[in-house]
Amino acid sequence: MSDTAPAIEVRDLSKRYGSYEAVRGIDITVQRGEVFGLLGPNGAGKTTTVEILEGYRERSGGEVSVLGHDPAKRSIELRRRIGIVLQSGGIYSHLTPREVLAHWAGFYPHPREVDEVLTLAGLQEKADVRSRRLSGGQLRRLDFALALVGDPELIFLDEPTTGFDPAARHAAWETVRSLRELGKTILLTTHYLDEAQELADRVAIVKDGRVLAIGPPRELGVGGSHYRVAYRDRDGELVELQTEDPTGLLNELTAAALARGERLEELSVGRPTLEDVYLELTADA
Amino acid sequence: MPNALALTWRQYRLERRMFWRNPSAAFFNFVLPLLFLVGGGVILHGNQHDLNLLVPAIAGMSVMSTTFTALAYNIVFLRERGVLKRIRGAPLPTSSYFGGIAGNAVTNTALQIAIIVLAGRLFFGIGWPAHWDELIVFVVVGVVSLAALGVAFAHVIPNFESTAAYVNAVFLPVVFVSFFVFENKSAPTFLLTIAEALPLKPLIDGLYGAMVTGSDLASNLDALAVIALWGVFGLYFAVRGFSWEQSRT
Repeated sequence: MSDTAPAIEVRDLSKRYGSYEAVRGIDITVQRGEVFGLLGPNGAGKTTTVEILEGYRERSGGEVSVLGHDPAKRSIELRRRIGIVLQSGGIYSHLTPREVLAHWAGFYPHPREVDEVLTLAGLQEKADVRSRRLSGGQLRRLDFALALVGDPELIFLDEPTTGFDPAARHAAWETVRSLRELGKTILLTTHYLDEAQELADRVAIVKDGRVLAIGPPRELGVGGSHYRVAYRDRDGELVELQTEDPTGLLNELTAAALARGERLEELSVGRPTLEDVYLELTADA
Repeated sequence: MPNALALTWRQYRLERRMFWRNPSAAFFNFVLPLLFLVGGGVILHGNQHDLNLLVPAIAGMSVMSTTFTALAYNIVFLRERGVLKRIRGAPLPTSSYFGGIAGNAVTNTALQIAIIVLAGRLFFGIGWPAHWDELIVFVVVGVVSLAALGVAFAHVIPNFESTAAYVNAVFLPVVFVSFFVFENKSAPTFLLTIAEALPLKPLIDGLYGAMVTGSDLASNLDALAVIALWGVFGLYFAVRGFSWEQSRT
């Protein structure tokens, strides 16, 4: 298997629980070194998909390859090369982060230094405190640290910042960016649009077990939708117009305003955001 | 490259460290049977016939408490807290993980049996065990069976809050029935029948033979067979129904 092969390939993946279809034919390809976001509302099938890739669940149909392995076979060799941040994973409450990380490091052939990982996760000051005394945010950082200590090529982050305050979120984002700079491949699930927009090179918008749209966040924003031109008129009312040709519209508006001797207060031209696309695609029409 | 044996040893050492750091677990699984031994010894002081019964009965109870009770608690706790799920995602062989957990339980059993045998010799006037081989065989088969039953029973327990209720609903009646009918000529037949079908009474019988009366292994094979049958049953359900995750209901 060459290093240019995709890190993850998923073809027509499906998962049924009894008569309920959680995943209904998902196709995604994640390249090496890419940060890929699975974005969607709760219950969209994001976690089911990720847990199939992590080897926790068996798929009902389709083909899956993770670093060239079928994750359903649960080979130790694959698990040595991936790092997993679960949505909710507990840890030994009577051990300190340093002890837990040292233990975990022993599972891997080429682990990172425990101190280095503690620093990367921002846990230096809590390194020797028993885990039961850590806050929710600190435990989440320990989750990150445990996923990184084996120096994995591919990292799964399942809603890594849910429940974080804004400062903790930005700290987590910085960690993800630094992992990306190290050349790691990252598969991220989130229901936060800004998170997907900030972090992901490409995003798949998922709903009801299907991919509705896929692409870089910027391009997703542009495709098919309109530019928004907004300003306040002389009565102070906000006027919002949509167009596919902002140059022409602006020319008309500004010419008319100049002719009337007015200014277009708070004039702005906006590209449709990921949020617009997301809301449009996931609306229960 | 970490190999499975080295990883088992690491896991075992971690489990030992955690065991002593959790005082309430250490108390209930380790100190409590020994307290019963001391309390019983004080009450029955001077009555050698009863002391002869007390020591093997407590030894049997110790095996059950260090394996069945401890593992049922542990597995439910780790499952509900999500530790098992995390372990499952790590490159730790399943055999190494369970080897470490089982080794921890076996160490506790061995320590307790050693303490009880020593106390029997020093304070309870029952001397050294007449048949060490019989003692070891019964303890080993008892540990394997009751440990497997503990893991299997963990599947039945729906959440951590109800663990104490579930475990005690099994542990206490089994201990009471087994103690009550043990060498008790006036015990009702139906109770005796029940107790002999359960694993604890046969275990105590075997330990009684090994530690006190000197009846050898060959004469207690039927008791050993009952424990072993429970072990087969326990192992089957321990493996078959094992759940690494909290159920999502």
